[in-house]
Amino acid sequence: MATQDEIKFLANPNIGSQKKKYCRFKKFGLKHVDYKDENFLIQFVNEQGKLLPRRLTGNSLKFQRRVASAVKRARHLAILPFVTDLLK
Amino acid sequence: MRHYEITFIVDPVLSGDEVKSTAQTYKEMITNEGGSIVHVDEMGLRQLAYPINKRSTGVYYSIEFAAETGNMISKVELALKRDERIMRFLTVSLDKFAVKYNDDKRNGKIGKKVKKEKVKEIPYGAYNSNAHHAAPAATPAVAAPVAIPIILDDSEE
Repeated sequence: MATQDEIKFLANPNIGSQKKKYCRFKKFGLKHVDYKDENFLIQFVNEQGKLLPRRLTGNSLKFQRRVASAVKRARHLAILPFVTDLLK
Repeated sequence: MRHYEITFIVDPVLSGDEVKSTAQTYKEMITNEGGSIVHVDEMGLRQLAYPINKRSTGVYYSIEFAAETGNMISKVELALKRDERIMRFLTVSLDKFAVKYNDDKRNGKIGKKVKKEKVKEIPYGAYNSNAHHAAPAATPAVAAPVAIPIILDDSEE
């Protein structure tokens, strides 16, 4: 019998099956978003320094709000830029 | 008692002593107004994300303090606003999670958490390498899970 590893599919069976998104704050028990942590906040903005939507980050509404306010605070303190190119 | 945090950027053109004395004046002002300082975080000279007053760097200070009422904050903020040596400032009231986060960060506990979560990540990675057997085009829909260990590493600083 062929084992699971030896079976060859014509098409990749993983295509089309979306990975379930999750809120990383809930999953890892993070309760606080630090506005001084530049490298953490950079994960929630795109290359131009704009906030990414919940649709892409998978954050719950509660933490998306906190991320948004943290990013805005960081922008005020010049930790993150307001507008830029090639941030990442 | 509520906890507050004032972060401000001092002009880097000043000499090292002047920068320190600037921070010291605000520490004293907070204690004189009835606040008790929990911690002063000297984040040091950092590159600004955009120029402020034609300066591209700044010395960051973050003072966490506890106070019964927030009445003194307006006084401190007025002084910060009038001070030419201060480029930017931000006052934030901290909730209980933020207080705990700052406390853990000081004690280096946040670094420890990372290791535990990294161990959890391993079976996930093993699962991914098996999934690649069919075709090379097996790209995950969201890159977020891969990014997680990186975030936690950074918050260790």
